[in-house]
Amino acid sequence: MSMLRERAAATPATTQASPGRPRVWFRLAVTVAAALLIVLLTYVLPPFRTYQLATVGAYLCVTAGLTVLIGRNGQLSLGHGALMATGAYTLALTQNALAGDDFAAPGWALAVSVLAAVAVTTVAGAVVGLAAARLRGPYLAGLTLAVAVVVPSVTSTFDSVFNSDQGLPVVLNPPPGTVPMERWQAWLAWAGALLTMLLLTGLTGSRFGRDMAAVRDDETAARLAGIDVARTQVLAFVVSAACAGLGGALFALLAQSVSPGAFPLTLSLFLLMAVVIGGLGSLAGAAWGALLLVALPALAQSAGERAGSARLEGNLALAVFGVVLIVVMLAAPGGIQGALRRLGHTRPVREVARLIRHPKGGT
Amino acid sequence: MTGTPAEQPAGTGTETLDTPLLEIRNLTAGYGAAPVLHEVDLAVPAGRIVAVLGANGAGKTTLLRAVSGLIRPSRGQILFDGRDLCTVRVEQMIRRGIAHVPEGRGVIVELTVEENLRLGGLWRGRRGAERAQLDEIYDLFEPLARRRRSPGHQLSGGERQMLALGRALIASPRLLLLDEPSLGLAPRVIAQTMELLRTLRDRSGMTVLLVEQNVHGALSVANDAVVMSLGRIAVRDSAARLRTDERLRHAYLGF
Amino acid sequence: MDRFVFLTFDGLSRGAVYAAFALALVLTWRAARVVNFAQGAMAVACAYAAYSVSAATGSYWVGLAVALVGGLLLGAAVERVVMRFVDHSTPLNGVVVALGLVLLIQAVLGMIYGNEFRPAAPPFSRGAFQIGGVALLSRFDLFVFAAVGVVLLLLALLFTRTGTGLRMRAAAFAPDVSRLLGVPVAGMLTLGWALAAAVGSLAAMLVIPTELGLHPTAMDVVFVSSFTAAVVGGLDSALGAVAGGLLVGLLLSYVSGYLGATVAPMAVLALLVVVLLARPGGLFARASARSA
Repeated sequence: MSMLRERAAATPATTQASPGRPRVWFRLAVTVAAALLIVLLTYVLPPFRTYQLATVGAYLCVTAGLTVLIGRNGQLSLGHGALMATGAYTLALTQNALAGDDFAAPGWALAVSVLAAVAVTTVAGAVVGLAAARLRGPYLAGLTLAVAVVVPSVTSTFDSVFNSDQGLPVVLNPPPGTVPMERWQAWLAWAGALLTMLLLTGLTGSRFGRDMAAVRDDETAARLAGIDVARTQVLAFVVSAACAGLGGALFALLAQSVSPGAFPLTLSLFLLMAVVIGGLGSLAGAAWGALLLVALPALAQSAGERAGSARLEGNLALAVFGVVLIVVMLAAPGGIQGALRRLGHTRPVREVARLIRHPKGGT
Repeated sequence: MTGTPAEQPAGTGTETLDTPLLEIRNLTAGYGAAPVLHEVDLAVPAGRIVAVLGANGAGKTTLLRAVSGLIRPSRGQILFDGRDLCTVRVEQMIRRGIAHVPEGRGVIVELTVEENLRLGGLWRGRRGAERAQLDEIYDLFEPLARRRRSPGHQLSGGERQMLALGRALIASPRLLLLDEPSLGLAPRVIAQTMELLRTLRDRSGMTVLLVEQNVHGALSVANDAVVMSLGRIAVRDSAARLRTDERLRHAYLGF
Repeated sequence: MDRFVFLTFDGLSRGAVYAAFALALVLTWRAARVVNFAQGAMAVACAYAAYSVSAATGSYWVGLAVALVGGLLLGAAVERVVMRFVDHSTPLNGVVVALGLVLLIQAVLGMIYGNEFRPAAPPFSRGAFQIGGVALLSRFDLFVFAAVGVVLLLLALLFTRTGTGLRMRAAAFAPDVSRLLGVPVAGMLTLGWALAAAVGSLAAMLVIPTELGLHPTAMDVVFVSSFTAAVVGGLDSALGAVAGGLLVGLLLSYVSGYLGATVAPMAVLALLVVVLLARPGGLFARASARSA
């Protein structure tokens, strides 16, 4: 796993360099600051941008969870699009059932629906994770790919529940007070995203996080050190699935509808790309990845519009994602976050720091 | 090689002494940033067997790998027949007349005995001569003839040894690089191997660079020997003197 | 009973295609220890090129030749330009890069040809012969069997009867030793990718004229079925891939025929899960390791 290991070495801030978790108050402070920033942004940005901001938040839940799974635990999943679909459909079904015929759910319904979405996806993740824990490399990728491809088949086969390709509408009550819908959606999405990040940063700094890293780096060594490898891998998958479920539920809330077309295989590939570009294993990188997932298609679309080509419009982002994925894998291990950190840790800087610490030029 | 010994296990004439077949000059090489070999000089005259002795980690295998191009030197020169080998690709070495039997013999266990042997002569690209070459090897190593269709993983250690040697010999190399041929073999088989090397040298003038931990076996057949230590050549002398000089043996070979 | 017979022949015909595609996956796996997740996208690209040429020349066969040659070239290019530079110390890296190729190829196809389905005409009638009142096989099915059979035969001859085949196998098993024996290992790797991509292209040419149609993502589902076939056979075994392909084809045909077409992908997923968990060595593989 040398490339992954290099990446872990390139992103030492949370595991290697500082043993133990980042201080709780520090993480809380960062979370509160981020929340304030988001709220501020929702008042400054125009509605369309606010909606995009909300989308970034929903993506962040998923990319953060996937980062933990791939970067920290070394398991590749192409099935997270399907897990998102699980969360989205669960939310839609619960929310619509609670709302009844008058399309206005009680106030507590939203919380129940989101929790249900997370719970159901967690169970689904546990099932996939149990199988995944026995598989490695291409086998795991192939199995999760099959899971991703099966989504339309499920919705068509059980069309009385999922309504086939048409999908389902999602009831979302009007926001409280005079808050516009986009702002409300952004708050919901980022509440989920920040909570996810808070929990995951705690998790990766914990003993469980170190177990995952140990399993990723060398399974045999981890086993010899008394770590239950299978249990760690299943747990990592479950955690990651729960995040995907939350992300999927938030997507359903943003789009106010769910359909299999919203969760194609390409979505799973996009998620993978976001995680790789952000820098495998770095939660800050997951934020970059989520941002790119929204920004790149938007940029590509406007470029396509300017070129006046509908075909270009739809496919430019895809092409850029593909190229970026390949180039990053070949040339820039560590992704964006790694590159940023390297800027601060360039060789001369480190050399000087070393000389200051060890003026006699020792090790 | 400087200081040609007065006594040699086999007469090979003197015509090759001025222009060694293989000449290594000031070789520094290794893996990644850390060199394993430091400024190694070694000359191997044509038609002789030169043994490379030394403890584990002394750099013996690295030396062979540098000669056959599997690793590239960071400094120094490797001349074969007066021409630099450092720019020659590994795949070309066998065409130049260099055969390398690597550590662990390198039998491809998924292939049959015959496929392994054919592989040794494929680079010639002449299908017509293949049968005759194979038969020659089967004559030399009769047990292999009985196991032509067996996959490599079914062979015993001795049979693998024969297969590895046979596969190298099918290329009729001028220089044979052998990495610990006696490792894991019964004393009788080791003796046969050394005898075979002696025959090859005496009959067809083959030159051998023989890396060995088995000092007795190697010195019994070699003309000259070097002892490596920590990536440098610590001693170079005739095999006969190393065999008989107790002081040298104690100091460098530990017996 | 008539229906069962028809579904069986239909399944074997589909299975032959999956077998060819699975065989292509096995070829790459054996040559490079990479499961080429981009093989579906690469094959579709070749199929698009083939149908463009067919449309321009009016000849299916020129198009087929273009698909095969295009496969050879594309496979070689992917190995030379991209895969060669991937750090293969963990299988993850090759998979991720292949997925990047999937995105890139599908995007380029979408830009050139658009993202709508295009009908692709088969070279032979797909109407089934009736024998004793039972619909059995179409001319196209016979063409599929013949094409896959010829490819199998040629590959078998290549690997067992020729020096190049021996070199390719040696290079895959023991690259360093092979280089010492004068085998151009890098060239053999390129050749392996080229052959695999050509076989994959053929499979695409055989499956797209059926109900699939031409679309940038047309081979996604075929890839999953064929991957399952390859895993059923054990990724290392060519014969296993063929047997696995026929098995998956039959399963899909029966499931579609008796339970409905939408259930088929779930059946494939179920088969994949069962095989991966219950027979980790595949049904035909020699090696039992599943972790590589």
